[in-house]
Amino acid sequence: MFEFLKQPWPWYVAGPLIGLMVPALLLIGNKSFGISSSLRHICAACLPAKISFFKYDWKKEIWNLFFVVGILMGGFIAIQLLTTGDPIQVNPKLQAELATYGITNYNSFVPEDLFTWPSLLSVRGLVMTVAGGFLVGFGTRYAGGCTSGHAIMGLSNLQWPSLVATISFMTGGFIVANIVLPYILKL
Amino acid sequence: MEINEKFQEKKHHEFLTENTDFEVRSLDAVCFNESELKHPWWYNLKYAVAGILFGIILVKAEVISWFRIQEMFRLQSFHMFGVIGSAVTVGIISVWIIKKFKIKTIYNEPIEFVSKKFNKGNIYGGLIFGFGWAITGACPGPLFAQIGTGATVIVITLLSAIVGTWVYGYFREKLPH
Repeated sequence: MFEFLKQPWPWYVAGPLIGLMVPALLLIGNKSFGISSSLRHICAACLPAKISFFKYDWKKEIWNLFFVVGILMGGFIAIQLLTTGDPIQVNPKLQAELATYGITNYNSFVPEDLFTWPSLLSVRGLVMTVAGGFLVGFGTRYAGGCTSGHAIMGLSNLQWPSLVATISFMTGGFIVANIVLPYILKL
Repeated sequence: MEINEKFQEKKHHEFLTENTDFEVRSLDAVCFNESELKHPWWYNLKYAVAGILFGIILVKAEVISWFRIQEMFRLQSFHMFGVIGSAVTVGIISVWIIKKFKIKTIYNEPIEFVSKKFNKGNIYGGLIFGFGWAITGACPGPLFAQIGTGATVIVITLLSAIVGTWVYGYFREKLPH
């Protein structure tokens, strides 16, 4: 059993478990599943700066901050206790493409050839870490949610604006991954 | 006491249907706290436990892998589509069951669902987030999990995402919605 847990979990195990987060949060306290709002709560708590978007009772939403800190701890537990240490399996086509950009290290889910502290000194690393993060934070709030809030919670509740948002996420991702990212990776 | 409670609940529903421009929570209908109950802070620890489980699932499903996200956007693997598709399927069934049988929370509160109102930000913001997702290989949940796995530099990505959120808030009134 423990050996099974240490392997990467197939989609038909992991996906339904993620789906169960929706009723779990509703049942334990009437909470709608979502993560990107935590970033807004952090803004509201740390630097509201008289911006009306950040003037609300963030303490009422503090459960969301407990939730994301839990996610961080879960990441730690999984990597410490529940891994085999084998290199990550990737589609050979992707592997061949990435090799042309000098990305050959498959030891970590976060590629060490792209995201490390020293890489922040390179244009490529800086763009991917800082600009990428900015787009994630700006875009999710503008869209009113992220993959969890819209694609999972919103679609679970059959909300068509969430479907529009999800299609937009995927469209944006397809465009950048296939057309723009090659230029960034060449930097 | 009971009358007072009913009144509060009614008021609460009114609040939810109202959507004046700066009642921002309804425009931003995600991850609300719909509970009217007041609890001591340590009641929140159960959300930390839920987060830990979710974090473990994200890592073991390899959803936090930059490589998996690239495969998804290049249509080179079914994995991510399977994860999201089956998660949504289970979510839809769960929500349907909760509504059908009017299941209550463990504190016996009725479970509330908030309708999301469409605004153009769903498209513009969605595209912008998609751009970022393809670059960082992580949506907000995985960012936290990635830091937990020891990729400490992702703290910078997370801080940058917080700055992005703040900048959105700052320019919100000038952006098309």
